[in-house]
Amino acid sequence: MKILVCISKTPDTTAKIAFTDNNTKFSEAGVQFIINPYDEWYALVRALELKETLGGTVHLITVGGADTEPIIRKALALGGDEAIRINADSHDSYYIAAQIAEHAKNESYDLILTGKETIDYNGSSIGGMVAELLDLPYVSIAAKLDVNGQTATLNREIEGGEEVVEVSLPLVVSSQKGMAEQRIPNMKGIMAARTKPLKVVEPAAVDTLTEVVGFELPPAKAGVKLIDPNNPEELVKLLHEQAKAF
Amino acid sequence: MSVLIFADQFQGKIKKAAQEAVQYGAKIAQQLGTTATAIVLGEVDNAELAALGNYGATKVLHVADAKFNDADAGVSAKTVVEAASKEGSKVVIFSHNFSGRAIAPRVAAKLKAGFVAGAIELPDTGSGFVVKKNVFSGKAFAKVNITSDIKVISLLPNTFAVEQGASTAQVEAFAPAVSDADFKVKVIKTETISGEVPLTEAEIVVSGGRGLKGPENWGLVEDLAKALGAATACSRPVSDSDWRPHHEHVGQTGLTIRPNLYIAIGISGAIQHLAGVNGSKVIVVINKDPEAPFFKAADYGIVGDAFEVVPKITEAVKKLKSGS
Repeated sequence: MKILVCISKTPDTTAKIAFTDNNTKFSEAGVQFIINPYDEWYALVRALELKETLGGTVHLITVGGADTEPIIRKALALGGDEAIRINADSHDSYYIAAQIAEHAKNESYDLILTGKETIDYNGSSIGGMVAELLDLPYVSIAAKLDVNGQTATLNREIEGGEEVVEVSLPLVVSSQKGMAEQRIPNMKGIMAARTKPLKVVEPAAVDTLTEVVGFELPPAKAGVKLIDPNNPEELVKLLHEQAKAF
Repeated sequence: MSVLIFADQFQGKIKKAAQEAVQYGAKIAQQLGTTATAIVLGEVDNAELAALGNYGATKVLHVADAKFNDADAGVSAKTVVEAASKEGSKVVIFSHNFSGRAIAPRVAAKLKAGFVAGAIELPDTGSGFVVKKNVFSGKAFAKVNITSDIKVISLLPNTFAVEQGASTAQVEAFAPAVSDADFKVKVIKTETISGEVPLTEAEIVVSGGRGLKGPENWGLVEDLAKALGAATACSRPVSDSDWRPHHEHVGQTGLTIRPNLYIAIGISGAIQHLAGVNGSKVIVVINKDPEAPFFKAADYGIVGDAFEVVPKITEAVKKLKSGS
């Protein structure tokens, strides 16, 4: 099994969200960065489990500047064998997917895994775009992935239910909760990660099709209206008459 | 030139999220001075298809072949791309639901179209083509300009109220140039949660957290939900400890929902939970801890014991509903 896991650097889930430069840039002051949780907990850990049972290698890829190297090292410490960093900074999903596809097209991966979305741009697009650019089948938002020979069996969430699907490798999968459990890197892994290969590759010439022109924070809530716990009927009245919520 | 909207069906019914997407696409068509065409894959009644006119579609392209009932992302994308080229569409719309998330990125990559996932407003065409979307799991919005000739947008479900008009769309059979080899993903089993509104489409959601103490108390949440005609949801600790199934978990690692009314019972409101619900129009928090962070994000709150307060609310709702 040769597996590629796409990872992305995101602010920690509890990071304060603020913007600078006239609301055009995310403020990184005091923000801790992590591997996007869906990429790490589900895609990467499941890739490692498959490698442990079936043998093979796990490659990591990220599109980002040198500031992404700490998260790449962490992914290597968890058990990735080698990493590729495409040296470019972009928030356009097509640009990022095209860079990943450009790398993957000559590598004959059996599986390419991504998280279901990143927790910063929430695009949930990279997996599908990579699949299209490589002309591979794509199973999105999978909660379970098993491989038996050349066949993968997956559970994927659909509106109001779940599907069990079967598909031949090679395959692109976006991963969500259920697929694996979070792991903590051990000391041996952290030491080994220091010397694992991390290849820096200059980006291919690809068009950027979208650009972020500005950010906004949601309007502040007016503040909670507290209702006497001895008179909860008042809540129902307010929801019906004032908020017209039902 | 028409705006093309992928309207997904499930077991022969057009989803509410798809109606909303058609309405959104039709409004964009109006902005651009063109018409809206919907595309539907799989077996659906003609009346159901024609009814997409109620949401603004002038025409519906229908791929009636049963093979398309649960077509995978690849073959669906191929079909949508062929339809877009036939219609000369410069804008292609999806719902940002499970099927939209599977198909839209493929369509965008194939058309080399800029893609905005999870839009929450109509595009601003004043200068460029700027679409507002949720970022940082609902904690902020980004305005994204699509610079490519063709544009793909997925709409976050429950963003707009669906208004039903009284027009009929013209239904046209559509046979895309796909072969059996294009169907690569085989569905071997489908499990549905019968008789329930999908959480992402529910207008009202009643949700329970650790404060309910155990699965034996879930009736509290269900009774209120039933009285309100609401769907039920839960926080992560509740699904992690298997009181409730994972598909009811809302929050950062679960579902993102935007109901009109979200009632949180015994949920403290950790930032990861808020990420899944902060798009709700009205938030009610019931928690005995006055310091629970959720109160800061709430519109209405009751500091009190859920086991005493919630049954009274349920009774008051029933009374109000039977009276009106």
